[in-house]
Amino acid sequence: MTRKTESATKRSPEAMDVEQWLHVYEKMVKIREFEEKANELYLKAIMPGLTHLYSGQEAVAVGVCEALRREDYITSTHRGHGHCLAKGASVDLMFAELLGKEAGYCRGKGGSMHIADPASGNLGANAIVGGSAGIATGAALSAKKRGSDQVAVCFFGEGALGQGLLYEVMNMASLWKLPIIYVCENNLYNEYTHYSEALAGKVTARAEAFGIHAETIDGQDVQLVYETTKRLVERARRGEGPAFLECMTYRYYGHHVGDISRTYYRSKEEEQEWRNKRDPLKLLADKLVGGKLTDQSVLDRIVTDVRSEVEKGMQFGIDAPYPDQSEVNQHVYA
Amino acid sequence: MSTPEREITFAEAVREALAEEMRRDSNVFIMGEDVAEAGTPFKVLSGLVEEFGKERVMDTPISEPGFTGMGIGAAITGMRPVIDIMFGDFLTLTMDQIVNQAAKIHYMSGGKMKAPIVFRTTMGASRRSGAQHSQSLQAWVSHVPGLKVVIPSTPYDVKGLLKTAIRDDNPVVFIEDKMMFKMKGPVPAEEYTIPFGVADIKRKGDDITLVATSSMVQVALGAANMLEQIGISAEVIDPRTTTPLDRQAFIESAKKTSRAIVIDEGYESYGVTAEIASVIADGAFYYLDAPVKRMGAMNVPIPFSPALEDLTVPTEETVFQMAKTLCRRD
Ligand SMILES: Cc1ncc(C[n+]2csc(CCOP(=O)(O)OP(=O)(O)O)c2C)c(N)n1
Ligand SMILES: [Mg+2]
Repeated sequence: MTRKTESATKRSPEAMDVEQWLHVYEKMVKIREFEEKANELYLKAIMPGLTHLYSGQEAVAVGVCEALRREDYITSTHRGHGHCLAKGASVDLMFAELLGKEAGYCRGKGGSMHIADPASGNLGANAIVGGSAGIATGAALSAKKRGSDQVAVCFFGEGALGQGLLYEVMNMASLWKLPIIYVCENNLYNEYTHYSEALAGKVTARAEAFGIHAETIDGQDVQLVYETTKRLVERARRGEGPAFLECMTYRYYGHHVGDISRTYYRSKEEEQEWRNKRDPLKLLADKLVGGKLTDQSVLDRIVTDVRSEVEKGMQFGIDAPYPDQSEVNQHVYA
Repeated sequence: MSTPEREITFAEAVREALAEEMRRDSNVFIMGEDVAEAGTPFKVLSGLVEEFGKERVMDTPISEPGFTGMGIGAAITGMRPVIDIMFGDFLTLTMDQIVNQAAKIHYMSGGKMKAPIVFRTTMGASRRSGAQHSQSLQAWVSHVPGLKVVIPSTPYDVKGLLKTAIRDDNPVVFIEDKMMFKMKGPVPAEEYTIPFGVADIKRKGDDITLVATSSMVQVALGAANMLEQIGISAEVIDPRTTTPLDRQAFIESAKKTSRAIVIDEGYESYGVTAEIASVIADGAFYYLDAPVKRMGAMNVPIPFSPALEDLTVPTEETVFQMAKTLCRRD
């Protein structure tokens, strides 16, 4: 891959407020641990259906959402657990939703691919690839109409670059200077196909064609993702219009939990390379400990605490009751 | 002494409903192609941009899925958009946004989110517009749980139903017959709304029930006049909304008359007529003296040539003939 990405390794975390970065680290660990448990629930046949794990991409969701306020909007994707947690959802209600329980965020009616938590600004995950581009852009239009200074972020995988809807709404977002950031998580694969087989030209050029400011960055460096997003969000809040951010990243697991044998589309070496050299959690830990901003023991403690929170949350989901059968035809109409 | 009733056109009634609701609620806005100064190709919205400005009567690029989706995003975040989809045939372009997004948001979020949005669009053949500008696709959207569907047939109904649609907290597909925009009818000057799911008896009768929607209501009324000449008394009922559907009204009427024809301008196969006919067959079975008949658009792409196009849609004459046969008067 000969993509130009801004190098982050040289950047130091000194400017960071340590408390904030420990918080960021905790969020990334929470996503990682949540997904480990989600995978376990699938493997033990406790979880109905399939799910798409976010492991490996944590720095994108956390870095972006760290630059947002609670009332700012996001829309998410089929690979959405990371976005939910980063925007402020809690693990117990998420597990309950994954397991189809009434206590879940959507009373068990949404499931893994449809978690919505409007209270934390999460307008919902979407199982239609690129399907939320209109919704996110409409939320930005609404924010502008209501005179609020909310910003919307539309998360999508690079596979959504094949959907026409995205280009229709980017055109309108630019025309009307809407406060929206299009965050393209380029994890290299559209399901089982390398993106280079599905994508012509340069990604950022697509946004630039609409007069939208566009950048490609290393999506494994949470500090870089955060700082870049912060700049783009401030710009949008000032009324300077939309931006497009391509984050280069990687999913550690299969396209979904059942995608176990992957060698026909990507090598084990490639997977190891990303896990060993580009892991977003390790990269941040190295910066914090290496820069003597904190001790490894503090990070270990965070991991221990998060593990117990996730463990409890999972148990909550398992123990929670299913919805009553009378729920089946409730909420069809408001 | 009652005041003489005011008469306005169908298009004026639509415009009045929109203007009144936009005055009442500042969250209501219109978005679509050529809706502002042009007032749409049908001139239905003329004058609105002058009163409400371009912020609330927004011209968009020719991007139906895009502005439909944006309307949904605005609806779930506090606005009440009215999305203008110029021709009903273009509903096909917006289907993912309407069917997979708007219709399901409330349910999938366990009732946490709602999408109060109106998709205004058109239907109907007979304008010599060819196969891609003439379809009546109400069956497509009526099939999907989570959507409400309105197909009004008079200036009075369109005004009252559109105001209800804008106030409804659900996505509503609102389908107007292009051929009816110039039709005049009584519309009171005072404000009113019409509830969804309440059929309207457009003409009382005893011998046969004609359930007719939108453009087919006038056809059914014309056929009823012809039937009267030969001593058959036809009742004409207009469902006004296909979702929710006033099942009881058709059943009661069919029980009374013992015969029914259901007429809708959508394609006859798998159409709105099939649903309503089955409701009647089910609910009035023991009272029926003849099978319930259905009349819709012929199952062909709508042809351009007037000589052919006119064959595809039910007419007063074909409805009259069908009713005569059902009443064994042929
Ligand atoms: C419109 C649509 N087409 C196809 C699918 C099936 N599908 C689900 S995920 C996916 C790949 C998406 O790739 P990408 O957008 O890069 O996201 P990633 O899975 O890599 O996070 C496909 C093809 C779908 N859900 N929606
Ligand atoms: Mg991908």
